[in-house]
Amino acid sequence: MIRLLTGNVLETGDVVWWTGSNWSLALRDAVDVGPDGDALLARTVAAERINDPALVDAEPTRDGPRPRTMRERVRGAGPTVRADLNRPNSIEATA
Amino acid sequence: MYRYDQYDQSMVDARVDEFRDQVARRLANEITEDQFKPLRLMNGLYLQLHAYMLRVAVPYGTLSGTQMRMLGHIARKYDRGYGHFTTRQNIQYNWIKLSEAPDLLAELATVEMHAIQTSGNCIRNISSDQFAGAAADEVADPRPYAELLRQWSSFHPEFSFLPRKFKIAVIATDVDRAAIQLHDIGLQLVRKDGELGFKVWVGGGMGRTPMIGHVIREFIPARQYLSYCEAVLRVYNRYGRRDNIYKARIKILVHELGAAEFTRQVEAEWAILEPLALDAPQAEYDRIVAQFADPEFDVAAPDSVDRSDPDFALWLDQNVHAHKQPGYAIATISLKPVGGIPGDATADQMDLIADLAARFAHDEIRVTHSQNLVLAHVRKADLYALWTALEGAGLATPNLDLVTDIIACPGLDYCALANARSIPVAQKIAERFADLDRQHDIGELKIKISGCINACGHHHAGHIGILGVDKKGEEAYQLSLGGSGAEDASLAKILGPGFSEAGVVDAVEKVIEAYRVVRSGPGERFLDTYRRVGAEPFKAAVYAPAGATS
Ligand code: HEM
Ligand code: SF4
Repeated sequence: MIRLLTGNVLETGDVVWWTGSNWSLALRDAVDVGPDGDALLARTVAAERINDPALVDAEPTRDGPRPRTMRERVRGAGPTVRADLNRPNSIEATA
Repeated sequence: MYRYDQYDQSMVDARVDEFRDQVARRLANEITEDQFKPLRLMNGLYLQLHAYMLRVAVPYGTLSGTQMRMLGHIARKYDRGYGHFTTRQNIQYNWIKLSEAPDLLAELATVEMHAIQTSGNCIRNISSDQFAGAAADEVADPRPYAELLRQWSSFHPEFSFLPRKFKIAVIATDVDRAAIQLHDIGLQLVRKDGELGFKVWVGGGMGRTPMIGHVIREFIPARQYLSYCEAVLRVYNRYGRRDNIYKARIKILVHELGAAEFTRQVEAEWAILEPLALDAPQAEYDRIVAQFADPEFDVAAPDSVDRSDPDFALWLDQNVHAHKQPGYAIATISLKPVGGIPGDATADQMDLIADLAARFAHDEIRVTHSQNLVLAHVRKADLYALWTALEGAGLATPNLDLVTDIIACPGLDYCALANARSIPVAQKIAERFADLDRQHDIGELKIKISGCINACGHHHAGHIGILGVDKKGEEAYQLSLGGSGAEDASLAKILGPGFSEAGVVDAVEKVIEAYRVVRSGPGERFLDTYRRVGAEPFKAAVYAPAGATS
């Protein structure tokens, strides 16, 4: 199991994932924050640029991390009922 | 329709400017999210799973064509081309950017709309009957009273920080299309000895502790209903449970005190308030009532309709209701195409509906609590042209109040509080029962689905209610039967152990098949059958061991 850091960009509300050096809109770019998770989370909270930051559990797969909960999978991919609105593959977030 | 006066408009404009400043300060990190969040919520802006969600108030569910066109414009410019009409007759946008919200709200304000008091512990949007002003059986149009409540409750300083949110609904017919008994205050306009007044229910609500309201007054004269509501709110504001969010709604206070004691306290409070003459002067009532005057009806409008097109006739029978004016009818536009998302409309559909309202319906549109739209004043002679245009845009599904006319909250596809998805369950049930003959054979059946215990999808009031729950990290669903949000209000009861998504769709089908066997005849509604025979035949059908026949 791995841990991911995620949240929503203040300006846009977009879901983003921590890549190790920046935030990405693509779940597949997310890295395992491992034991650094809590410190990264605290830093994110303090910076006040990402809303509702959280650490989420995931399984590594060939296609990238797969969050444990449906909630986080929906956040990662977009609403399951609007495939046309699903997330682009990998774009740098501007936050 | 009511038009803003200079006070209404300046209040809304000032609020937009204030919010623009607050957003700028937040984006510049001059204030923290903890400081900002209550401010944005007061302007209807939530953070959901994918983005910010904006809830725009549609006062008592009435919109002009111009307003609908603006809603479409906003969907296109600030969102992803669609919006979601809700069970509180509002509209929600799912993909709003904080940085663009002030511009959006400024555009909304140009058509006398806003998102104020669509969140927070204040008096929320007043809801009403979607047939108001058109229903053949109403005492008088309830909307002037809803409008006065809107003015009274907007920025009411005493009621801006209540123990919890507060929802009021107003109707004027014995048939309840607004679920008034499931509101904090439900008001029914009645006439007694020639005088207009209200029957008052208090303490209804859904959420985790659903309750049906109690009648605390059979008749309060219409000229005094505002001070009476003020008295109710005062008692609640003083004694509502601020210590526990789950016990903070007025329903809990009424329940804990008992309806009789609660009523006594309201009457005592009102005895103090009434002499203060807080109620609006007659001239103000008259000013507002005049704005809801009937449109100029065509008195020569023919009363007959050509039913020779069978598809049109199906829609007529299911989605069109009697109007008080001869030659006119009320048409409901279904936002429940089979396989679609209940309550969603695209920007193009909103534009089209605005155009059709201008052409055929005196430029007026209503939103219903079951997430459909209504054109309230249509000449019967125009119904066929209206239907043809709706049909071309996927808006003429003839399924009003049938098994595919499902209420569903956004659920886990959008909502940050959800346990499970609601929309896919609604879609799968609708697909299972897509056949129109089968739907008509089943008759009136209201399925209502919520993605969590907050009950935004009214599952407690469903003939069949479905609640999404979390079962060890998996989505699961509980089935309840026997609820009603209408004048015969009742709360649905859980049938038994829960199901997976596929399982709950099968279970619904088994319940419906069991109903077809035990009903006394095709005229007996599912709800009436359930009330007559109880849960047992349905339990047996749903939970019978595989292979067993019942
Ligand atoms: C941002 C998304 C939403 C949030 C955070 C939210 C939150 C809540 C909460 C916490 C409650 C329970 C209140 C209580 O019992 O004290 C509630 C009730 C309710 N909500 Fe929502 N809701 C959302 C979306 C919706 C939508 C989309 C609808 C309409 C489809 C809706 C309509 C209602 C209704 C009708 C109730 C139950 C009536 C009552 O207040 O007792 N809400 N909501
Ligand atoms: S019922 Fe729950 S899941 Fe559905 S909209 Fe309300 S809070 Fe969200």
